[in-house]
Amino acid sequence: MIRMLRRNLPFATVAVIALVAAPLLLEPFRLGLLAKYLCYAIVALGIGLVWGKGGMLTLGQGVFFGLGGYSMAMYLKLTEAGGGLPDFMVWSGVEHLPALWVPFANPVFALVMAVLGPMLIAVILGTLVFRQRVRGAYFAILTQALAAAMVILLVGQQGLTGGTNGMTNFFELFGQDLAEDSTQRLLYLAVAVVLGALYLATRQLVNSRYGRLLVAVRDGEDRVRFLGYDPALVKTVTFALSAGMAGLAGALFVPVVGIISPALLGVVPSLELVVAVAVGGRHVLAGAVLGAVVMGYAKTAFSEQFADGWLYLQGALFILVMTLAPKGVIGVMGRLRRARTT
Amino acid sequence: MLELRDVQVVFDGFRALDGVDLTVPEGELRFLIGPNGAGKTTLIDVITGLTRPAAGSVRFGEHDLVGRKEHQIVRLGVGRTFQTSVVFEELTVLENIDLAASFRRPLWSLARRRRGVSEAVEEALARTGLEELAERSAGVLSHGQRQWLEIGMLLAQRPKLLLLDEPVAGMSGDERQRTGELLTRIADDHTVIVVEHDMEFLRRHASTVTVLHEGRVLVEGSVEQVSADPRVQEVYLGRKASDAVGNRP
Repeated sequence: MIRMLRRNLPFATVAVIALVAAPLLLEPFRLGLLAKYLCYAIVALGIGLVWGKGGMLTLGQGVFFGLGGYSMAMYLKLTEAGGGLPDFMVWSGVEHLPALWVPFANPVFALVMAVLGPMLIAVILGTLVFRQRVRGAYFAILTQALAAAMVILLVGQQGLTGGTNGMTNFFELFGQDLAEDSTQRLLYLAVAVVLGALYLATRQLVNSRYGRLLVAVRDGEDRVRFLGYDPALVKTVTFALSAGMAGLAGALFVPVVGIISPALLGVVPSLELVVAVAVGGRHVLAGAVLGAVVMGYAKTAFSEQFADGWLYLQGALFILVMTLAPKGVIGVMGRLRRARTT
Repeated sequence: MLELRDVQVVFDGFRALDGVDLTVPEGELRFLIGPNGAGKTTLIDVITGLTRPAAGSVRFGEHDLVGRKEHQIVRLGVGRTFQTSVVFEELTVLENIDLAASFRRPLWSLARRRRGVSEAVEEALARTGLEELAERSAGVLSHGQRQWLEIGMLLAQRPKLLLLDEPVAGMSGDERQRTGELLTRIADDHTVIVVEHDMEFLRRHASTVTVLHEGRVLVEGSVEQVSADPRVQEVYLGRKASDAVGNRP
């Protein structure tokens, strides 16, 4: 009992800070920023699972994030239009609502698609790729190409997706005014709760036999095959789980931030998240989450001071972490704690 | 139990296996020997699905193994080890064996946390003498202990047929002795095929031996028969007949 309490103490502390202290202390603008970082943290959690534990370096999580985001944005746009056409379609000269859009008027469908859509894509891609035993850098390049292709697709379909501008001008969600601070606070709490729940579920998974199997696949895929497991299946399932998380994060991101566009899900944002996970510490789930929040804050804070410097700082941080502290911030913290106790 | 007929494997024009016939009845401890390049490991690879034969058949019980995927063959009850042992260093000894033992569970049921230690895992730990090391990470094991862990992982899967590729390579004399005793005990209730180079080890622990040479079965029989065979002395032992299998001073 006491051991369980002690084990969960760090999580409980963070949960109290996130759910009670932050909404009370932060002004609405800052709380909104934190909500955005927590959305990224959900994606990062998935990367921690698939890359940190499973060894699959995915450089295309933005694709899944985007699919989730666009699903949600389509629903929001349709409620906005109230039976008519969304504003950007009118501007692009579209006359009838495209068939693809029709079911997204239903919020349940939109939310389910935000999660299942990415998972389905991941299952298809994973089945094709992992069966052929494509791995390592080849897999990374493939996912990055997917992110690039996704952007081209979105930009090219101006009338269907809003093109380069994406979709914005969302005013209400489930009947709540999105401009209200109270709505934004509720949204923040929803994001925090989803992140917390997913973290606990993922941690449970990592500590189960499945988690051991995933590490085994990472460290010796061929050996796992001769234990009677199908590594391709294990990898595909894990990849799909991470894709589902990214999709859900995208769906939450849209009402929080108020925009979704190709620039938010292409190659660069996908890479930024991987860098954040590396900086936080990819071998531990908490490291991935921490990395996303810290890098999010750093990006905002730094960009407020020096507009263009962030990219350089980010690159430098990545190199520093990779060479000096491969286990990331979490690894450094662990080392400091051990040094203090001994 | 295991029956290979006219198995041929060709690598870039090189005939690694050139019409091998091999029958291993249930419950036997069979040693597979032969000079380097004789095709011993290739034979194991064919049985376990790693290499696809160009021709021939591999029957295990009533199953045809040719064309099946590696993990499917394992599920039929054929387990193997490799020359270079691969254990999962980040996991503990117990977790390694437990993972091996859980291979028949459906994937979703693996998501639950492990509670306690199953009978098969206990037994594998006991037989390989690794109980004391159960909670240690596999990364800290010595070379010999790793091999035993691999054998333990196999045993936990309760296979019908075990294929061990040079299990005593690189081991100390003491470790060899222990491994030999372990093999003999395993052979009591399993069918085992061992690929081995070590003559001393062979003489001590082998009963039936198959000699491979240039991708063919040269001779098959007891250690005495095989080591007395002039063809074996010639191809396997070269001119140094004094070093022959049975009659070292």
